[in-house]
Order: sequence, then C-alpha cells, then structure tokens
Amino acid sequence: MQSGLMDSLKRIVGTEHVLTNQEDLLCYSYDATPGFSHMPDAVVMPGTADEVAKVLAAANDAKVPVYPRGSGTNLSAGTVPLKGGIVLLMTRMNKIVEIDTANLIAVTEPGVVVADLNKAVEEFGLIYPPDPGTVATATMGGTVSENAGGLRGLKYGVSKHYIMGLEVVLADGRILNTGGKTVKDVAGYDMTKLFTGSEGTLGVITKITVKLMPAPEARKAMLATFGNLDDAGQAISAIIAAKIIPATLEIMDNATIRTVEDFSKVGLPTTAEAVLLIEVDGIPEVVEKEAAKVVEVLKANNAAEIRVAKDAGERDKIWAARRAALPALAKLRPTTFVEDATVPRSKVPDMIRAVNEIAARYNVTIGTFGHAGDGNLHPTIVCDIRDDAEMDRVYKAMDEIFAVSLKLGGTLSGEHGIGVGKLRYMESQFGPAGMAAMRSIKKALDPNCILNPGKLVGECG
Amino acid sequence: MSDDKKLLTEVEDAIANCMKCGNCMEVCPIYKEFKTESTVARGKIALMESVINGQSDITAGFDQRMAMCVSCKACTAKCPCGVKADELIIKGREAVVKARGLHPIKKAAFALLKARPLFDLGLRMAGMFGSLAFKKLPGRMATVARFPMPGLDRKRVMAPFASTPLRSQYPEVVKVDNPKFRVAFFTGCTINYIYTDVGQAVMNVLKENDVEVTLPPMQHCCAVPVHISGDIELAKVFAKHNIETFERYNPDYIVAACGSCTMAWKKDYPDMFADDPDMKARAEKLAAKTYEISQFLVDVVKFRRDNLGEVNATVTMHDPCHMARGIAVTAQPREVLKAIPGVKFVEMKEPARCCGAGGSFSLAHYDVARTINDRKVADIASTGADTVATGCGMCRMHITDGLVQSGRNEQVFHTVQLLDKAYKAGKKDEPKKPKDEFHFH
Repeated sequence: MQSGLMDSLKRIVGTEHVLTNQEDLLCYSYDATPGFSHMPDAVVMPGTADEVAKVLAAANDAKVPVYPRGSGTNLSAGTVPLKGGIVLLMTRMNKIVEIDTANLIAVTEPGVVVADLNKAVEEFGLIYPPDPGTVATATMGGTVSENAGGLRGLKYGVSKHYIMGLEVVLADGRILNTGGKTVKDVAGYDMTKLFTGSEGTLGVITKITVKLMPAPEARKAMLATFGNLDDAGQAISAIIAAKIIPATLEIMDNATIRTVEDFSKVGLPTTAEAVLLIEVDGIPEVVEKEAAKVVEVLKANNAAEIRVAKDAGERDKIWAARRAALPALAKLRPTTFVEDATVPRSKVPDMIRAVNEIAARYNVTIGTFGHAGDGNLHPTIVCDIRDDAEMDRVYKAMDEIFAVSLKLGGTLSGEHGIGVGKLRYMESQFGPAGMAAMRSIKKALDPNCILNPGKLVGECG
Repeated sequence: MSDDKKLLTEVEDAIANCMKCGNCMEVCPIYKEFKTESTVARGKIALMESVINGQSDITAGFDQRMAMCVSCKACTAKCPCGVKADELIIKGREAVVKARGLHPIKKAAFALLKARPLFDLGLRMAGMFGSLAFKKLPGRMATVARFPMPGLDRKRVMAPFASTPLRSQYPEVVKVDNPKFRVAFFTGCTINYIYTDVGQAVMNVLKENDVEVTLPPMQHCCAVPVHISGDIELAKVFAKHNIETFERYNPDYIVAACGSCTMAWKKDYPDMFADDPDMKARAEKLAAKTYEISQFLVDVVKFRRDNLGEVNATVTMHDPCHMARGIAVTAQPREVLKAIPGVKFVEMKEPARCCGAGGSFSLAHYDVARTINDRKVADIASTGADTVATGCGMCRMHITDGLVQSGRNEQVFHTVQLLDKAYKAGKKDEPKKPKDEFHFH
C-alpha cells in the first residue's frame, strides 16, 4: 500500500487508530469461516461517519480495497481481506444514538452489539427481534450487512424486516440517507433493502434506524420426538396450516440428537429420527391456546413423546438441548462448517434425507439442525481442515448440498450471506441475467470495485 | 524446530479446535475496552497458529499481545468448543519466555521471589519502613505513595506492608482444646506480608470452630504469578518446595484464604507435573485435601452459627476470577455471609466479572486495569451496599483503589473477616443470645 495513503489514513482517524504491525494484521486475516485467510495492509478504526467518508474517498482515489468489519463472526468469509488493503473496523462507532418509544424505533451506530441494543430497549418492554446465534457478540452493522436471521425468524423474519433507514457512505466518500422513521414510505427505489444484506459491497453503513417490537408477555416451549422423519415434517406443516406461527420451530436430526446426547445428557432418545423444539409467544391467553393446539397437532402426527415446559426452569432445559447442538457437533472434530441452505418448509424432510445421503456417499460427518419452521437448515460439517483428502470430499459434499437446496426450490443462504464461501453457486440460483443485474448495481455504486471486492457478486471489473 | 515453537506445536490440536466463532468477545474484560482482535482469546490463538504454521514469529509484538490477558478464564468458561484458551495463552507466554526471556522487571522480581529468605526479608523491610514511602489513608487498609516510584502510578492506592508478617505473629502450631481437625494454613504472600488482618480472621474463625492450625514457616509463594507469566520452570520449583514442605506436616486438610492460592494447590500443581508421575501423585494427594476457607467452613467444618453476633452491614460480593472459574467456589462464601445476623446481602450485576487486577497485570497495565475496574465500581455503587466482600487480596486492593479514586466510601473485606466480626460480636452480647434457637447447622 502506498505510503501516501497510509499517511492520509493516519491523519484522518489518528495514528493510534491505524494498525499496521504484523501481529495485528494477522488478527484480521480471518473471520469465523474456516479455510479463508488473507492479510490486510492496514486496519483502520474510524470514530465517525465523516472519518469513514474521508477514508473511503482516499482509498477510492488510490483504488485500494476496503473491507468493512464488525466483530467478524460471519460464516461466509464476508470480511476476509481477500485482496489486501484496508480492514475498516467499525467497533469504535458503538453508540446507541436514540431510543424513540413514541415511534417504536431505535437509532444505532454500526458497532453496537445486538444484545446491547436489546438490553437497552428491554426496560421499555421492547425487543429488536433479529437474534442470530452470535447475538451477544455480533454488531448491528455486521448483522444488517449480512441480513442476519436467527431462532425467531419464522414469526419475526430476518434483519431486513426491521431496518427502517440507513446512513451509508458510498465508495467515493459521499454520504447518503435512506428511509426514515415512517412506517409507510413508498418513495423511490427501496434503497434501505438494497444496502441491507449487501455484505459491504455497495457502501459502508454508518447509522441504522430499526423498528422495535413489544416484548411478548408470555412464552411456552415444548419438545417432541419423532420415530419417523416424515412425521416430523408433516407436523411442521400442520402446525402452520393450523394457523399458528410459533416464534421458534427447530429441528434436530438423528446425527445431531446422538451427538448432543453424548455430550450433554439432556435426555433425548438417541433412536429418534427427529426432535422438534417449539416455542409460542404472545399474550398469555393466546399462548395457552396455541400451545394446546400445537400439542394436538404433534399427537396427530405421531409424536412419540411430548414435553411441555411448565416453568422457566423447564423451558431452559428444552432450549439447552438446542443450544448444545452446534457446540456438541463442533467438539467432534477441529473444523466446523455451519451451512445455511434453506428450502420451503414442506421440503425439510427431503432436505435432511438428501444431506444424510450425501454425508454417507462422501464419507463425511454432517449433523443437521436448524430452523425448520422457516426451512432454514444448518447442515453442519465437521472435519479437519489439515487433512487434504478429507477436505476434497467435504467440498464436494458441500457442492451437492447447495445443488439439492436449489433443486428443492430453496436458496443458498437463509441467514449467513454469500461472501466468498458460497460465491461459486450464485449463478445457479440467479442465472446469468440475475448476476449481470447485480454486477451492474455494484459497478454503478462502486465503479473502482474497492468495496469488499470479490464477494457476493464476484469480480466486477 | 526451535524449543519455543515446539512448545506451541504440543498444543497444535488444542489450538485447531478453536473454530474462531468469537464467542469469547462477549466475556473478555480486555476486549470490552479495546474492541480489537489481538486483545481477545480468538486473536491470541490465531497468533499462536500463525507461529506454528510459519507465517510469523515469536516477536516482541507477539509477547505484548500475549501479555494482554488478565487470566480471568471467562473465555474458557464461555467457549462452546471447550477450548481452554486461558491455558493456551499461558503456553504462548511460556514460548515467549523460551524464545525471548522474561521481561526485565519480572525477571528481577522473580529472582527475588526465588530466593525465599531474601524475599521474606525484603517484604519484612517493606513493612518496617513502608510508612516512610507510603501514607496511610484513614479508616482503610490502604496507602498512597509519598513520592513517585518506578512502575507504580502516583495516585494508585495500595495496601501497606505489614510491620510483622502473619506467620511471625503466631507460633508454628496454634492448638485448641478439643481439635476436630488439624489443618495447615497456606497463607500466600498477600496475606502473610500485606493483609495480615485476613490471616488473623482465618486463625480466629478456625479456633472458634475447634480447628488446630499449623502455619508452616517455610512455605513459599503459590507460584500463580510466575506460572501465568510463562515461567513454568520456576513455577515448578515453587510447587515442589510447597508440596515437600506441607507433606512433612501430614495435615488433615490444607486451607488457603485466596482463590488463586487454592487453585494452585488444587489444579495447577497436579497439572504442572504431568510428566513426573511421582510428583503428580504427591500433588494430587495434597490437592484432594486443599480447601478455600469458606468452602472448608461450609463443606467440611459446618461452621458454628449458634454464637454469631450481629454485624450491621449491607454487603455485596465480588467473586474473584480464580474463585468463580478457577475452583468454582461461589456458593460457600455467600452461605457464610447469609448466616451472619444483621448482614443484608445484595447481589451485584455480574459478580464474577473480573475487576481488572489480574495479579501483576495491573502493575504492567494500570490504565486498562483501572478502566475495567470502573465497571466493577459502578456495579458495586448500584447495589447500595456499604461493604464489599471478596476472597482475594489482589481484588481487595484493586477494588479499594477504584473506590477511593471514585470518591466512594465502601469498605472491602475478605468474607472471613465478616464472619470473624460476627463471632466477636457474639461474645459481646453473650448474655442475651436469644436468637440461638433459630439457628441450625
């Protein structure tokens, strides 16, 4: 990187907020995605939108890549500095700017940790619903950029359903605002949604206006085991057909059940083909009624055993089983790929069966769990990235998993984003015209391709 | 391959188990202040990985980043994959010591520590002449420096060195009439040379419960500060010395009144001798006998509650890292406090969050240690308590400093001191004792 640019960066954000020594750069060569590591030339930590604007203008002039980054918990290599250049670390911009209870809106800087926003609005009886597994560490900017989802996706959706407006710095340093506090706003292109989920390829988010929801007054959790995967699948569809939208409707397959049971002894039957974990929330009377209805549907679909949590302690026990899924699988082997192939909910059993068949065929270990209610599954591949022969099989299995997901009418990503991890499958989902349209947008907003180059839409030059 | 790198390859598999999920960021007190990768476990593990795969070297920069850890074990407790990040970071420091030697200040300090008699003399002298250099703060076990001293922040509130160390205040064996148990008291340096008030409380409380106490005069530093600095060889010398010293007394139990000292006996000593079966067996035998004082009083002695007098205080508790995560003793000190008549116990937010002391960490990085401490002080303040109970001398000193710097008046005591007060109060109002019937064991 040119020394002139380095001097400018130091002038803009202050010398102490530019990291250039080898050890610090190494610490920004990765994110939570296995198998990707590239060194940046500098890590720049801006404190204001104005500083972000100046950094981008300088980088754009010098045609040096910039990778916006929050906590780096993403699972698609979206923040790995593939081509060197500047990691733009947004964690210093971590103020909650406003909580507007009259409009049920909060405004935050991008470096605010999602759970911290939830803690802050909790005292007003409100929640910010998107709750990715990394909610306690991930930043608002990162989750909005990746369009993160979470356990409550079935009822509450993903990040994009809560983003009302953004302040964005464009590649050349100009600042623009999208959306605002009005619920009804149909003016112009929906730029807010365009930047949400754009994975840092179109602009750098410097302020976020989000919609808040009243916290549910009551919740009820239950767990049902099934001897037959198809019965579990039928139950998922039947619950929603009965006009109940649970906040959470999770599934664990047999491989996951056995692993969880081995590690945490939560009392799951290891012979079950599937376990469903369900939580309904809302007004107490409605919650009681819906819970009873869910139990009825589960019984009608041959659930072998149904446990309904009577109190908070029992609820915790049910969710402990689900929380143990990823750690238990991850402990089996050194490397863990958590994929998020997503299918229409009616296809969940087909998808699980296909994944099991792929795992057997390539002799790799895959446990599948995930958000069955919204079809968002996490086939989790555990392996050792230091074993080349095994990795060859792993990557082939992964290719097939995503191919199956698309064949079943699904998508490559329910909540993790594309990054570089899933780039090679993009054309299968969007076709040449879809990819060309996306690249035109990228090119129009970032003509020099400095923003997170090589991600999401691939090479655009 | 050089010895230093070989050290890291020994833990290569453990390092590979880190899936870089970043969950450690949620709980790391240092990351909370800096919000940069090298300050959190994930970054440090990545650095070690880069040394193993030849991408980088054990440089001064590597050393500085490994040093930025309070060894609070919060990352390890949080890790979904069971990566023992705290131990890996110590491994990283060991590699630094092998590759580059100890930091000169630590080297000098450890050289003094190594020669037990010289160390003892030095700290006794500090006690005798301390008042020349330090000014006492009224009403607290606290002093501030009278003039600038190297390595010490001018404003920093320290505790005075004792004019007579604890072990010189008592005979080697303190007998009781009908001893229920014979224990050996591992005082640790902080209690022997600084907080003798804690040691006295331990002696009183044990006596009150018919426990005979031996104070082995030749005991030495528990080795935790040396161990977490990465000087494993010296740590083993200390451990061996202590094991041999205490074996001679063959006590029923070993009791310590400090989370870190207890952890050393219970966990570190057996771990240190993994490749020496004889020493490992001896360490394990003593480890099984070792208890932290509140744990000993509650679990073994079932301490007397029929003769406790009133202590009027609103008390909150800070759980030292090595108590909460090192030896998992948090229920017992609370049980002690809750047994004291007059004590109103209020839990603070995140009682087991590190106060920032981190042993010698706060000497080397006082500013960071203070910022971390500010959060603890705010949590204490929001409870409305007038007293803070804790089980670690370093935490007591650091929290006292934070409270004084913030102009607050809460007193910080070891839990056992409050129990001692209650026994004393019980003696004063002995004639009435109407409450006895309501107490039970």
